[in-house]
Amino acid sequence: MLTYRGLLTWTAVLLMTAGLARADLVIEITQGTRSAIPIAVVPFANETGAGLSEDVASIIGENLLRTGDLKPLARDNMLSLPSDGEQVIFRDWSVLGQRYLLVGAVSRSVGIYRVRYELFDVQSRQRVLGKEIAGTESQLRDIAHSISDLVYESLTGIPGVFGTRIAYVTLQDRKNKPRYVLEVADADGRRSQVIFRSPQPIISPAWSPSGTKLAYVSFEGGRPAIYVQDVESGVRQKVASHRGINSAPNWSPDGSQLAMTLSKDGNPEIYVQNLRTNALKRITNHWSIDTEPSWSPDGAELVFTSDRGGSPQIYRVKASGGTPERLTFEGKYNARPRYSLNGEELYFVHQQGGSFHLAQMNLQNRIPRILTKTGMDEAPSVAPNGSMIIYATQRDGQGILSVIGVNSGSRYFLPALDGDVREPAWSPYIRR
Amino acid sequence: MLKTVLKSSVFALALLGLAACSSTETQPGEEPFAVPEPEAGNGGVETSGLGQSQGLSQSELAEQQARAEQEARDAEMATLREVRTFYFEFDQSIVPPDSHMPLKAHAAFLSANPASQIVLNGYADERGTKEYNLALGERRAKAIERFLVVNGAGTSQIEVVSFGEEFPVDYGHNEEAWSKNRRVVLEYK
Repeated sequence: MLTYRGLLTWTAVLLMTAGLARADLVIEITQGTRSAIPIAVVPFANETGAGLSEDVASIIGENLLRTGDLKPLARDNMLSLPSDGEQVIFRDWSVLGQRYLLVGAVSRSVGIYRVRYELFDVQSRQRVLGKEIAGTESQLRDIAHSISDLVYESLTGIPGVFGTRIAYVTLQDRKNKPRYVLEVADADGRRSQVIFRSPQPIISPAWSPSGTKLAYVSFEGGRPAIYVQDVESGVRQKVASHRGINSAPNWSPDGSQLAMTLSKDGNPEIYVQNLRTNALKRITNHWSIDTEPSWSPDGAELVFTSDRGGSPQIYRVKASGGTPERLTFEGKYNARPRYSLNGEELYFVHQQGGSFHLAQMNLQNRIPRILTKTGMDEAPSVAPNGSMIIYATQRDGQGILSVIGVNSGSRYFLPALDGDVREPAWSPYIRR
Repeated sequence: MLKTVLKSSVFALALLGLAACSSTETQPGEEPFAVPEPEAGNGGVETSGLGQSQGLSQSELAEQQARAEQEARDAEMATLREVRTFYFEFDQSIVPPDSHMPLKAHAAFLSANPASQIVLNGYADERGTKEYNLALGERRAKAIERFLVVNGAGTSQIEVVSFGEEFPVDYGHNEEAWSKNRRVVLEYK
């Protein structure tokens, strides 16, 4: 199943089971990394005496594979299928070139499922992790994501994001009777849920820092307005519907304010709205287009897109207002900036020739670097561990999502089974 | 010696080039202001009949003539007002010269019919970011709005809405499709 060619390139199309919500996304891994750590994730023994709705080890393996940092061994190549440390013959795994080994089992008593797992270092034969997690049958996927998080963090030092979610917009039947659907799914594209649907456009979903709410722009009624919706309860509130554009919502890191673009005073300007008092503060004041505000992680600054210099470029301004400073100078089109987790880098859309790519720029040296090879890239959203970026692109004229590892260079695609998918937003760690 | 000749001829050529450039730049802007010939079948029809009719005084004739001309102008304006979509260049919001005449016809109609209301829907092509394109669509619609107001329409008669890159007319991913999608659509309410 895996082809090895220079850079390790594999195509593992993991088709998801049918019968779930039809807008689930499909994962296609297009490129891993040379330095990926080999790990064997052995199928977990089923000790429940009945069939299981989820293959826990398979979920974990797919999660780890997608990061590009780990390289799970194909099951067909395994010489034995141990389910606890006693049964492990380390030499076999060593011969197979594996550095780590994950084994486990699922048992059940009175409706409660217990997933026991152990992670071994093949070379030293040491147990790195060993634990048991309990939950209901419907939580088996969550348990698999938790184990993935723990394994990934213990091997790379980076917290996993397997338990986080993505929001995105699908567009179905675009030519005849367009239906825009705002959805939330697990980070692997599964278990999608409809948040809002409309025959009119939905754009720019943005997660609240708590991961419990989404701000988005809906054109219902034929005009753009900003709404904030509680993801679990579905309760929503219209927060901005002035004359003209109400768009590009972005939450302050403390969740108390929403930066946005309003053109109520004649042309698009950046505003900050206090979500408790609804008081508005105007941040920019220029006849040009100012839009796509994004808060710095410390909440002190905003970056945004402006064409005040004649073409769309990225500017930075204090969150309290003041004179904006231009940050990008290379190329004719730099837009929709987002900060890296540590606030030292910007990710944004950069035009090169006829193509639009994602680029990264360090705020100290200000040298942009192109990150993506796809051609119509937009809407970068950074994973809460900072190691991956999800963005929207096109393939064969269809809108799909793509994820790249910022440092690993790994890539995978998340196309919708049906229609276009766009406007991704990676959730923060969710406080439930 | 040869050098200076060459230099001066290059200079002359450059001047010519400049002149050519400036003339091509201004001309498209002026051209549409020339009133096009009335469509055959619209304008001339009535007057040829009137020439044969007898017993009409000079003033009656002149009146008939004027009425016919007015009708011809009205028909022409109505034809111009059938143009409701106006196209733009990439990342541009300059009102294209070939839309000046139709827009003047709309402005005249709005001015003569103060109860009339229109919506200007602005759009962009798919290239670039959704939010910037939303702003660009609005800027295009506002450029059309300004043109209409300068030519007599009332600001209260006009509403501007941008859809950015949503609802493209052509779903293709090439310049042919994009050029159709960078547009403002005028709608009477």
